[in-house]
Amino acid sequence: MIDISLDRRNLLEPLLPGHGDCLIVTGLAGSARDAAGLTQDGDHLFTMAGCMGAAVATGLGMALSAPDRRVVVITGDGELQMNLGSLNTVATQSPANLSIVCIDNGTHGETGGQEGHTVNRTSLAKIAEGAGIESVMTISSAGEIPAARDFLKDAPGPRFLWCRVMPGDPTAFKRNLNPAECRLRFRNAFLAAG
Amino acid sequence: MSGHPHDEWSQALFRQLKDAGVELFTYIPDAGNARLAELAEEDNETRLVLLTTEEEGVAMAAGADLVDKKAILMMQSSGVGNCPNFLSFCKGGNFPCLMMVSMRGDYGEQNPWQYPMGQAAVPILEAMGVLVFMVERRDELEGAATAAINAAFHNNQGAALVLSQKFLGAKAF
Repeated sequence: MIDISLDRRNLLEPLLPGHGDCLIVTGLAGSARDAAGLTQDGDHLFTMAGCMGAAVATGLGMALSAPDRRVVVITGDGELQMNLGSLNTVATQSPANLSIVCIDNGTHGETGGQEGHTVNRTSLAKIAEGAGIESVMTISSAGEIPAARDFLKDAPGPRFLWCRVMPGDPTAFKRNLNPAECRLRFRNAFLAAG
Repeated sequence: MSGHPHDEWSQALFRQLKDAGVELFTYIPDAGNARLAELAEEDNETRLVLLTTEEEGVAMAAGADLVDKKAILMMQSSGVGNCPNFLSFCKGGNFPCLMMVSMRGDYGEQNPWQYPMGQAAVPILEAMGVLVFMVERRDELEGAATAAINAAFHNNQGAALVLSQKFLGAKAF
């Protein structure tokens, strides 16, 4: 059993210091709240509150369509496992500008903390490696965040960062849940940036 | 591969999609989209993406739209059953999702496994707010494709070009 001491609420800020230059897509629930807290629900962020399993594929569509921009997908263990095949699709396309950050608390936090697969035998890093993702890294303590930050910046893409965090509340942040408004907000900011 | 049974209409539809600005062609292979997929792979301005399940294509279209690019998802009718939850992007979020659905289980099908999903494909699409444009004859293709392109990219919604087995022909078993 691995020792996990990483608090998700103190993860994204030191991990993604240049996030303002990135395009960020999240799945639903905790990862969306953490990212909304990081960016103050910024217009370079698109979060979901449904479509569980769509985050990686959405980020892939974005990364292939905007090859000059850095795209970061932030997902949870439950969200990612809803569509593991997307990792294969990412590996085949192999966009160098795509990073996937999985915040794995080992539970379905949004629905009451029911235990998930990764607290048992499942390794998301081995799954990502097996899918053929170019660069894969695992962290489980705050001391590893600087190395993970460099990994996201410098390792050949696509990258998969497995962040094993303690169970516990995500960042408290009330974000916009209206998908049509969030779509327009993101698109308008992207187009304005040229 | 000009000898391909679907070459003529696939060439015409590919040109129409390119003219509409579609760059990303995502798909699960099917006899009905095989030639169109080849064309998308051969062309330097379009990209073919093999999926593992059809719903990925709905999400990829949403990701492309967020950076102002256009996609099409090509799949067999059985794949429609894998898509409804992700079609929330379209019905709830005004995301465009252009689809090409090659039908099974609708006209002349010899595989009984294909009938349940084949018969449910259009009702499922419509339940998630996707406009359906059916093609049964060659002379309907261009108009239906134009209608689907317009609905997807001018009204920002799900739109499916559905190619029936009357148009494609039924596979022998």
